[in-house]
Amino acid sequence: MSLLAAATPTTTWYLVLGAVLFGIGAVGVLVRRNPLVMFMCIELMLNAVNLSFVALAKRLGDIGGQTTVFFVMVVAAAEVVVGLGIIVSIMRRRPGATADDIAQLKG
Amino acid sequence: MLDLLWLIPALPLAGFLIILVFGRLLGEPKAGHLATAMVAGSFVVAAGVFFDLLNNPEEERHHVQSLFSWVPVGSLKVDLAFLADPLSITMVLFVTGIGSLIHLYATGYMHGDPKFSKFFLYLNLFVFSMLMLVMGENLLVTFLGWEGVGTCSYFLISFWHTRESAATAGKKAFVTNRVGDWGVMMGMFLAFGAAGTLSYEGINHAAEEGIISGVTATAIALMLFIGACGKSAQLPLYIWLPDAMEGPTPVSALIHAATMVTAGVFLMTRVNPVIEVAYDWAPTLIAIVGVATAFFAATIAVAQNDIKKVLAYSTVSQLGFMFLAVGSGAYVAAIFHMVTHAFFKALLFLGSGSVIHGMHHEQDMRKMGALRLLMPITAFTFIIGWLAIAGVPPFAGFWSKDEILLYAFAKSPILYVVGMITALLTAYYMTRQVIMVFFGEARWHDQSEEHGAHGDFKPHESPAAMWIPLVVLAGLSVVGGAMQLPFSKDLHFLEKWLHPVVEFGEAKIKGTWAYDNKYVLLGIAVVVALSGIAASVLVYGKKKVAAIEPKVLADGWHYDSAISNFMGGPGRKSFDAVAWTDRVVVDGAVNGVGRVVRTAGSYVRRAQTGAVRNYAAGIGLGVVALLVWFFLRGVVL
Repeated sequence: MSLLAAATPTTTWYLVLGAVLFGIGAVGVLVRRNPLVMFMCIELMLNAVNLSFVALAKRLGDIGGQTTVFFVMVVAAAEVVVGLGIIVSIMRRRPGATADDIAQLKG
Repeated sequence: MLDLLWLIPALPLAGFLIILVFGRLLGEPKAGHLATAMVAGSFVVAAGVFFDLLNNPEEERHHVQSLFSWVPVGSLKVDLAFLADPLSITMVLFVTGIGSLIHLYATGYMHGDPKFSKFFLYLNLFVFSMLMLVMGENLLVTFLGWEGVGTCSYFLISFWHTRESAATAGKKAFVTNRVGDWGVMMGMFLAFGAAGTLSYEGINHAAEEGIISGVTATAIALMLFIGACGKSAQLPLYIWLPDAMEGPTPVSALIHAATMVTAGVFLMTRVNPVIEVAYDWAPTLIAIVGVATAFFAATIAVAQNDIKKVLAYSTVSQLGFMFLAVGSGAYVAAIFHMVTHAFFKALLFLGSGSVIHGMHHEQDMRKMGALRLLMPITAFTFIIGWLAIAGVPPFAGFWSKDEILLYAFAKSPILYVVGMITALLTAYYMTRQVIMVFFGEARWHDQSEEHGAHGDFKPHESPAAMWIPLVVLAGLSVVGGAMQLPFSKDLHFLEKWLHPVVEFGEAKIKGTWAYDNKYVLLGIAVVVALSGIAASVLVYGKKKVAAIEPKVLADGWHYDSAISNFMGGPGRKSFDAVAWTDRVVVDGAVNGVGRVVRTAGSYVRRAQTGAVRNYAAGIGLGVVALLVWFFLRGVVL
């Protein structure tokens, strides 16, 4: 049973999972060139942070963390609308463009 | 009537606005009559205010009417306010009185001019500005009027701007006046710095209380004097006034003889307590500049052949007398001479305008002569003006000039001697002018071919609108001296009237030789005036002595060309040097800073790759660096 007890998820587990998800997202943003994939990676990072918030809120008994998550989700939803809109319009104009192709603001 | 003070400048302003909008509609002669009526209305109001003040006891002859707060900035509070006191009302009375006469005259003189209504537009604007100047309660309102009269002077000198000489003369007047305006502004700044206010009352009070130190008072007095030199045509800034004769003659009479050019004398009198506090050499300098200008201009007038040029140099000379009075502490005499000079010089200018009008715009006195037969009224009034300016008793000019010379003697006999020689020259060149224009043989017959277009050329007397002002001014030139007669204290009307503004000057010269022997000086003045006239009659009337008219005098001592050469030679070079400094040093510093920033930017810009992933990496590295830093600082996460 000690094995089972040890397998009971603790807050630490969730925090570690959040960190891992965040790392995957960050690396994805940095190495992938497809705008859509980069976008999904950003979402991954956001939700990794959300997970940490919820875990800590539960652990500390503070409802503030969970509230913040709702805000993040609402803003993320709005951001998805705008972001996807931009990506779709870029793809229409230049089919198959990667993030590196869109560098008009180069100094 | 005191509450109607605002109406005095408001009426000419209304005239200006009405003519501005309806000028073409009104046309000739209605625009002229409207303008004349407005200025005459101002005169009536001013007369009412004058009698109100006269009825008040002496210490209450001071009324400030504030229209609104004009510049309320921190400790600087300037109201658009008018001041009615003996000095300003004296000025207002003669500005509006002579102004309305000259307006009336101009309705005749400008007859048939295509820009008839525009002329009266400018004239009314001028009278408005001049009234702002003299009625201003503080230096800033005065300065507003000061700039206004300068602008109107420019407009009116260049009134016939299709003539190149007129356009150039206007420019010259404007530019020269700017030099003086700089002085007024500096004086204003200094006065505000020292007294904390711009109102005359405050500044004069501060000077009397000793709040303004001797050094500051000297600086203020000299800066304002530079302004006065520009406006009142004193050495070294007199050069614009003779050229200003390019304007129509009523303008010369109103602006460049009677009113505007006396603004400098007015300003110095206004701030006389400041001059009293200044070091002794400051008034002495003013007196020397004044008497030097008087003498210098008189010598030039001796050799001029243009009827208006003689009067122009004579005006410069007489203004020099007024500054001699200011420098000698005789402010009452300065105002006295200003008023009498306004009478007889306006008369002489209008008379010369009448001659020019009758001679079909001929201004050369060598082509005149014997005009008394054809223009009796003009000749008669001109002769009265001549006697007044030459200093023959009992005409107005004699009394005022004599009072100035009395004070000059008390200050220094040298000033007196130079002043007396100038008076001699004045009598000489004015007699020369009268003889050349009105006596001798008629030399205008030669011109009949030249003026063939007019049919048989014959000078004619001017219309009534022109000779009525002449007669009125001639009357004033005869009796004007009664304002201030030297015989007894009871006859010092002007001095008593001006007392709230100007201290009695007599205390200063009491006990001097000049004061005890003032009747001797009176006698000398009469002898000098008569001998000047006699000499001139011998030379030009009887032709017993050859005329001395050296070319150097006709050219005004080459002063004008010297200035042109200086400004064209070394002056031009120094301006070029300034321009070079501006281009290379000042612009160089500015452009240099710009170039450094651009060069630095051209390197730094490479950091902006435009690739999103590079930015993301930057953010990531930044986070790591911050975390490391927090960790090293030992911040507990």
